[in-house]
Amino acid sequence: MKKRSYRNPVGVGKYTGLLLIMPFIIGFSAFTLYPFAASFVLGLTDYDGVHSPGFIGADNFADMLAGSEFRGAVWTTLKYTLVLVPLKLAVSLLAAVLLNAEIKGMGVYRTIFYVPSILGSNLAIVIMWQFLFTSGGLADQIMESVGLPAIGWYGSSGSAMAIIVLLRLWEFGSAMILFLNALRDIPAEYYDAAKVDGCGRIRAFFRITLPLLGRVMFLNLVLQTIAAMQEFSAPYMITGGGPMKSTYTIGMLIYDEMFRFHNVGYANAVSWAFFVLVTAIVLVLFAVTRRRRGEDT
Amino acid sequence: MKKLPLYILLTAAAVVMIYPLLWLVGASFKSNEEIFSSAWFVPSSIDLSVYVRAWRTVTPYTMGHYFLNTFLIIVPKTVFAVVSSVLVAYGFARFDFPLKRLFFALLMGSMFMPAIVTVTPLYMLWSRLGLHDTYVPLTLPALFAAEGAFVFMLVQFFRGVPREFDEAARIDGCGSLRLLVYILVPCIRPVIVSITVFTFLWTMNDFLTPLIMISSVEKYPLSLILRLSADSTGDGYELRKIIAMSVIGLIPSAVVFAAAQKRFIGGITEGGLSG
Repeated sequence: MKKRSYRNPVGVGKYTGLLLIMPFIIGFSAFTLYPFAASFVLGLTDYDGVHSPGFIGADNFADMLAGSEFRGAVWTTLKYTLVLVPLKLAVSLLAAVLLNAEIKGMGVYRTIFYVPSILGSNLAIVIMWQFLFTSGGLADQIMESVGLPAIGWYGSSGSAMAIIVLLRLWEFGSAMILFLNALRDIPAEYYDAAKVDGCGRIRAFFRITLPLLGRVMFLNLVLQTIAAMQEFSAPYMITGGGPMKSTYTIGMLIYDEMFRFHNVGYANAVSWAFFVLVTAIVLVLFAVTRRRRGEDT
Repeated sequence: MKKLPLYILLTAAAVVMIYPLLWLVGASFKSNEEIFSSAWFVPSSIDLSVYVRAWRTVTPYTMGHYFLNTFLIIVPKTVFAVVSSVLVAYGFARFDFPLKRLFFALLMGSMFMPAIVTVTPLYMLWSRLGLHDTYVPLTLPALFAAEGAFVFMLVQFFRGVPREFDEAARIDGCGSLRLLVYILVPCIRPVIVSITVFTFLWTMNDFLTPLIMISSVEKYPLSLILRLSADSTGDGYELRKIIAMSVIGLIPSAVVFAAAQKRFIGGITEGGLSG
């Protein structure tokens, strides 16, 4: 926040503001700080939800790092994020550039491109997606009609991952809207000047547009990375984490350990570790992009 | 006609984007065989009785019951979110107080918090309070400005309201709270509408929180009843019934989106919030 210090109005004490933001202070303590502390403490126990918890030190954390399950889920989650996020940023930027043209009927195209983002995380859509890729379903039919062999989408790890990536890629609309708004803020004079200097469209994109989109690019990068890293409902409903755990994300691991196997202590240890991992990734993104984003952050 | 290639490209892309949704509606009228034999979305015949069966669901309750449940979550959640976000944003935008920058940084940080990591400890908390299987865990957090994005959006709008308004009102003897209610809130009405729309859509889409918090079928919101019916592959497994239920489940969000469409794409930045 840009600091613009103004004195409080006459008769307003310095605690009035604090009182007004009290809901946030309480909420942040109860729903962010408390879970952070609680998951760490519970992570140090062998609690199973029934018997009283016993303190076992760092055993859960040691198991987690030594065993293949946690590492596998982290790797799957990272792989999924690394595939999805760059694709989504590229597609949403391309769509935004196309939709930024001044032509008739653009509103309709914008709406159509945006609809999957609005409805996409609805469970109904996730269920639909599952049907689209079942053997002989729409995806197979389309592949056949262009002469490609039908593949068992759920059979191999790469294609199972592709199902989920495609679902989330389809929902690029919200990133696109952020790009679109940023594109509109770029003064047309920049492009006119470039044209006069004999700069082509493509070069203008890389020399003018892209550098000016730095901030919104970063925002989209962070938002999409966090969303991808906590993917749960799509693997849960569509692939069940399979085949051979190839779509078994951290979200699924936490859910299974907690609610299926009742390894409360272990589930909390995983939650806490993941919390730290995500925070670290966000901080790294901030640090790496600091220079590119300019001074005003 | 220089624009023609652009039109062709955009139209092709639009067809790809919208086709799964068309397919969904079409498939609700198709038999299992027809679903797996034709990629074309238009069904060979239209028999609305599938929607009657879908409305009855696989439980003793109708879809109407589950709509009502969902609205029982949405309504208090929206009211809570609006009231708490407005108060907090007002505090940040118009007052000076100790540790203000720290709190604002925490607010921004909370926007980047993945919900999945707080699921287990919060589940334990709500269970210990005896509130598991009630709507309290789904609604109460909204009372504490749980969505940093809303507060942030409101702060931006408050800054756009000239401070002269405040000063004039104060000279007329208006206190801080009356100033907020009578002078500022009317100025930020569009943001309040946005908060309502987003709370609606997010709650319709929310799956993880109800999945872990709500265990009795009669209290299920829409997302959980959809999951239940998708999982129940029992007698005479009929895809179109599940698909019809999905279509019904999408209607509220589709209607709200259609009504508020301008707000998303009409150049207002809130569009980026959707997910």
